[in-house]
Amino acid sequence: MLSVAGLHLWRGERHVLRGVSFDAAAGECVLLTGRNGAGKTTLLRAIAGLLDPEEGQVNWRERPARSTRDEFHSQLAYLGHEPALKGDLTGCENLRFSVGIRRTVSAGEIDAALVRTGAKDFADRPVRTLSAGQRRRVALAGVMLAGASLWLLDEPTTNLDADGQQLVATLIDEQLARAGIVVAAVHHSMSLARGTVRQLDLGAR
Amino acid sequence: MKTPALEVARLVAARDLRLAFRKPSQLLQPLMFFMIVATLFPLTLTPEMSRLRDAAPGVLWVGALLSSLLALEFLFRDDAQDGTLEQFALSGQSLTWMLFAKTCVHWMLSGLPLALSAPIAAAMLGVPAAAMWSVVASLALGGFALSLVGAVTAGLTLGARRGGVLLSLLTLPLAVPILVFGAAATGRAISGDDIAGPMYYLGAIAVLGVTLAPLAAAAAVRIGLE
Repeated sequence: MLSVAGLHLWRGERHVLRGVSFDAAAGECVLLTGRNGAGKTTLLRAIAGLLDPEEGQVNWRERPARSTRDEFHSQLAYLGHEPALKGDLTGCENLRFSVGIRRTVSAGEIDAALVRTGAKDFADRPVRTLSAGQRRRVALAGVMLAGASLWLLDEPTTNLDADGQQLVATLIDEQLARAGIVVAAVHHSMSLARGTVRQLDLGAR
Repeated sequence: MKTPALEVARLVAARDLRLAFRKPSQLLQPLMFFMIVATLFPLTLTPEMSRLRDAAPGVLWVGALLSSLLALEFLFRDDAQDGTLEQFALSGQSLTWMLFAKTCVHWMLSGLPLALSAPIAAAMLGVPAAAMWSVVASLALGGFALSLVGAVTAGLTLGARRGGVLLSLLTLPLAVPILVFGAAATGRAISGDDIAGPMYYLGAIAVLGVTLAPLAAAAAVRIGLE
């Protein structure tokens, strides 16, 4: 369903992505590994369409993602370095907006997702008063709720405790069980129960 | 079910209003700036009402323009910094439409309050009471056009590290027609003439802005996010 073919991308003078290619079918997880600066975030942003590659193509369901951008984006959830939450809004308000602009969502669904990611207790506090790990849990609830078949996760376990890291693995498992696709940049390998997990090492030259 | 476009606009507007009222200082700063500028002129120029009246259109419009530049910096900056603008771009909804909603709210929170408080400033500058409605109307319409033009330049300067100066440099030339026709409308109102002519031009600029500015702003924001 997702196919990345020969991506080349330059950031200024640096040739960051040197012909990256991979395919991911429904129910598959691709873990991007590599040292710092290997281009993991750049690749994720290029797949999402936030960066324009100099060469190569991203195809989604056999069609170029660029020309069907809005449709592609409605099936994609992107979790970046920043959790993309407004500090002055509560976790709940943040989700009502960020999920609400994508699809109609009920308060009950949001509550259930917050309970699931263990963020219910602090979902009524302004996000700026939360710790980095707590913010990440709220953001993960947003990814869950987006109803997307493609998840692009940039180091999803950062700032999370052991329990939270397990939660991320479970959420990814469930996404794969729903025939979704997960592309995640990770530093340490993740133990996933089911689905095909492939590693793509960007550091290898 | 995918959220319908009107609901998206409502959500964007509700979010921006809520954020603005949780940070009222950001809201009041441009307004205070405008009032201070308008207050300083009678103190420094001349206490003679007839001469102040001649300077009033210029003072009001230059004040309004500079204050709108102040407000403009906040239009996309916070959202770009915390990554929420990225989520706008990745939501699968029309970015053009969402930025248009954002720009309208921005005008409601900066241009409109400024226009509504203009009679106080205008009274200090010796503007006759009969001209007040026209002053408010011209500033409100001109402010809307300024917000639309500003959305494009604010989008273009997203990627710049210290975009403030660049933003002013880019916006000012584009704002000149609005300034010229706006000041003309206010001037004619003060001298008791019909303001329809310059108002039509302001309206035309605003309509052109509504049709083109959100498209340009969306394209600029997408580039700025890279």
